[in-house]
Amino acid sequence: MTAAVRVKLPTHLRRLARVDGEVRLDVEGAVTLAAVLDALEARHPVLRGAVRDHTTGRRRAFVRFFACEEDLSHAPPGDPLPDAVARGAEPLLVVGAMAGG
Amino acid sequence: MTGVRVLVGTRKGAFVLTADGARRDWTVDGPFFPGWEIYHVAGSPADPDRIWASQSGGWFGQQIQRSDDGGRTWDAVGNEFTYATVPGTHQWYDGTPHPWEFARVWHLSPSATDPDTVLAGIEDAALFRSVDGGGTWSELPGLREHGSGPHWQPGAGGMCLHTILPDPRDEARMLVAISAAGVFRTEDGGKSWQPANRGLVSDGIPDPDAEVGHCVHKLALHPDRPETVYMQKHWDVMRSDDFGRNWYDIGGNLPTDFGFVVDVHAHEPDTVFVLPITSDAEHFPPEGRLRVYRSRTGGHEWEPLTRGLPQQHCYVDVLRDAMAVDSLDTCGVYFGTTGGQVYASPDAGENWAPIVRDLPAVLSVTVQTLP
Repeated sequence: MTAAVRVKLPTHLRRLARVDGEVRLDVEGAVTLAAVLDALEARHPVLRGAVRDHTTGRRRAFVRFFACEEDLSHAPPGDPLPDAVARGAEPLLVVGAMAGG
Repeated sequence: MTGVRVLVGTRKGAFVLTADGARRDWTVDGPFFPGWEIYHVAGSPADPDRIWASQSGGWFGQQIQRSDDGGRTWDAVGNEFTYATVPGTHQWYDGTPHPWEFARVWHLSPSATDPDTVLAGIEDAALFRSVDGGGTWSELPGLREHGSGPHWQPGAGGMCLHTILPDPRDEARMLVAISAAGVFRTEDGGKSWQPANRGLVSDGIPDPDAEVGHCVHKLALHPDRPETVYMQKHWDVMRSDDFGRNWYDIGGNLPTDFGFVVDVHAHEPDTVFVLPITSDAEHFPPEGRLRVYRSRTGGHEWEPLTRGLPQQHCYVDVLRDAMAVDSLDTCGVYFGTTGGQVYASPDAGENWAPIVRDLPAVLSVTVQTLP
């Protein structure tokens, strides 16, 4: 099954990927955070290493994942995302941590 | 018409400043990569239209950008810097072991002959090379794996490899400098390395004349006399006449021998520029007066150059990669400050004027002399 998932990127990553607005991704199989990020990096290779560490695959320390008013940053990346994200009703938000600068 | 292109990296983006040979009227383009830290921007000597930029930030990591049209447009290339072998530990600030971790690319050194080849100095200190236009990066691990690696420690800015100085007559010979490990020399193209710190004396390390551990801030040489290398160390301005094997103090009559930058006149191997900073505790010019010092004797005797530079209430810093020279007939000298000014002198330091006054804090300045 293929799901149409919406991803909202922060300004820096939108500019890197040269996209305006949300990114819409077709995700095969279970809609997990890992699957969405895999699809995002496949569509926009420039984002490899910008959200997850190249080597470990772990979320970069100052990157957060929100959806449906929940913080998913610390959820296991293999867990299913909320149904509203899988249905495309709500976007997955990739957020730069609020840390000044 | 002959001209110059000044490439400026700042805390919040890159800028390209261009002028004709008179170097009076400047065009300012940018910011490129707004909001990102641009540690270094460097043009290829083999193809002046090819320019490299190190783009990084605490949030989204490292990117390498490449322009093939003189800085008008840019494309991200490869950004994976993976140590070739499992890195061990180096010393942390308090002397305890700390794992080696990639943080950012500090310095880019494009090949003099091949536009697709470029070296990158990174934090935590290591040397990488790309031979495919930046698509992929491979470490030259012999440096990091030098037996002294566990004893290297970070300077205030991190444990960075910030200077790459190839011998222009023999590309197998090269010096690199690491804060705070010191200088290392290779004579086999980077396979093996030797410490090159004999003659350096540093407070702040248990053995002041140790083989490694010195906080070297910058090196510079003249291509016609590459055996002579000048150094601005944390404290001390030093010189070597044997490509780094031995160093001696040339601070002479400088008001302070702390600082970050050093560079050499494009046509006079004995003419050297430094910019003294008060001390490691006070990173601003002595007495609030911004002065470049020039020696025409290869060191020891220095004269202040002040015309056009602020001589009161000036408390900016000039960071290690933020001075450069062009190679026009009357050698131009440039430097950028943490206050966002980029100053230019079209006459080897006699007269100065700001090209721009209000950029973000300047991290690096390089110059391309255009045909």
